[in-house]
Amino acid sequence: MKIKQSMGEQIFDIVNVLIMVVLVIITLYPLLYVLFVSFSVPGEYMRYGGNLLWRPLGFSLASYQEVFRNPNIWSGYRNTLFIVVVGLTFNMVFTISGAYVLSRPQLMLRRFLSLFTLFTMYFSGGMIPTYLNVRNLGLAGSIWSLIIPVSVNTFNLIIMRTAFEGVPQSLEESAKIDGASQLTILVRIMIPLVVPTIAVLVLYYGVFHWNSWFNALIYIRKRELYPLQLILREMIIQNSAAASMNLSAADDSAMIGETIKYATIVVATAPILCLYPLLQRFFVKGVMVGAVKG
Amino acid sequence: MEQIQPTSLKNAQTTKNTTKALEDNQSFWRRLGKDLSVNREQYLIFIPVLLYYILFHYFPMYGSVIAFKDYTPSAGIWNSPWVGFKHFKSFFESYYFITLLKNTLILSITNLLVGFPAPILLALLLNELRSKRFARMVQTITYMPHFISLVVICGMLLQFTRDNGIITHLLGYFGYPQQTMLNNANTFVPIYVLSGIWQEAGWGSIIYLAALTGIDQELYEAAAIDGANRFQKMFSITIPCILPTIVIMFIMRVGKIMSLGAEKVILLYNPAIYDSADIISSYVYRRGIIGTDWSFSAAVGLFNSVVNFILVFAVNALSRKMNDTSLW
Repeated sequence: MKIKQSMGEQIFDIVNVLIMVVLVIITLYPLLYVLFVSFSVPGEYMRYGGNLLWRPLGFSLASYQEVFRNPNIWSGYRNTLFIVVVGLTFNMVFTISGAYVLSRPQLMLRRFLSLFTLFTMYFSGGMIPTYLNVRNLGLAGSIWSLIIPVSVNTFNLIIMRTAFEGVPQSLEESAKIDGASQLTILVRIMIPLVVPTIAVLVLYYGVFHWNSWFNALIYIRKRELYPLQLILREMIIQNSAAASMNLSAADDSAMIGETIKYATIVVATAPILCLYPLLQRFFVKGVMVGAVKG
Repeated sequence: MEQIQPTSLKNAQTTKNTTKALEDNQSFWRRLGKDLSVNREQYLIFIPVLLYYILFHYFPMYGSVIAFKDYTPSAGIWNSPWVGFKHFKSFFESYYFITLLKNTLILSITNLLVGFPAPILLALLLNELRSKRFARMVQTITYMPHFISLVVICGMLLQFTRDNGIITHLLGYFGYPQQTMLNNANTFVPIYVLSGIWQEAGWGSIIYLAALTGIDQELYEAAAIDGANRFQKMFSITIPCILPTIVIMFIMRVGKIMSLGAEKVILLYNPAIYDSADIISSYVYRRGIIGTDWSFSAAVGLFNSVVNFILVFAVNALSRKMNDTSLW
């Protein structure tokens, strides 16, 4: 069925495409700008000021060399990788086992346990009691304070539960007749059927750990335990000279200082931005499921 | 009398059922016992999760009683002396109460009014694109900022809005003075809100796009036969069809209006603009975590939590009454 378009509709099409192009530019340009500055020759960038950039000013890896010479960046990266890997393991084990049990219709306590977990989405003790609780449990100050207290995200638990609910009941029953234990059923039958949802949650939890900084800000005191984001905060937000440069010549470091900030941003952000398009086909589904709550 | 009578009447009516109810009651526990033993394995699998929720969610809820005590770490939560509403009173009477409430509401409501329509508009425009490949490309790109950490976003904002930053420079063409923007109290809210849109509008549009794909295509065909043009289709089919989704999302946002997180504020503000940038949660952070004023800051936080809780329920009840769309 082909319908002739009116003039107004054609104009709308053109304007719409234009709006989208502008949107894409607004989204991408700040990121490109950061990339350009990070590769610029530090001195030239200082002279250039706040003008628009369409390519790096000159080409220099000096800022990156400086970033990688900074021991804090390395320790931050190491800590963040540890948190992401170990944290993800905790997240997935807890979320999958919790969601699986909550999705079993034959359990009498299912409704009660669901409410028990869901209630925490609507009411929380708040920042201070949460902090004191972690401290009283003896976790504060250790890297585990960034992993164990965030083992389960209730929203993600619901996403996972919905996925398990979508698996036909008959599969579990036939496995039970064959004498499989619940753990075997979960690991061998249920989990392979919800891999797309698991991929979504790995992405969500992974990004959460990679980007999280506030818990580290309140729980961690020792600099060598700082995750990457907290090091970043020191370098680009608090502007701490001690963190951002190890040079002795003051004016040299000031010149590099600006471009170093941008190089640091690239170093800390590139892994995630490179990884996420690969997982993109999964997460639209995840968002949809998560929106249907209750 | 009036109150007793209906009850006794009811009792009389249900006397014959009492024995049955008792049996039911017994059989409830028996059934539960049976359920626990038959489904032992499932419940065992759930124990770690249950412990997690008790330890890290319900313990802090209990811990919020320190808002009614004078908490000292050495005495602990249980042994610290009760002081009633002392901390609440001193908060409500302090100069901060009105300022913080005002700042939180201004920031949150601006964020809601400006930020809420953005992903809807984006989804509608994406939906109208003729080339699906182009639409997918725009989606991929606009989702991207969602994955960038808040520290990086705020770091970029601080750099871009410095006296020699690129945003300040661009605004200079419109006569904006070349000075660090975030030292000026008036620019905090726009920077916060607009950067939020930049970061989250694309991601937020996913849910509406999903709702859009769920619309029955026959509706459009029928409308086309009736001679409707695209704008008419948009306003009389597309928007009404995604209205339930919009309402739900709006409920969730309104319910969260007082629960604005401290993180972005802490990253962006500085002492020069505390008067207009400080919100309840960032104040709790400064008074509690930094100032170790535990009970007072817990009281402020508890006040906030209770208001949030009431808001979510009120808004939900309201929407259920109005159009049968509710969260639960």
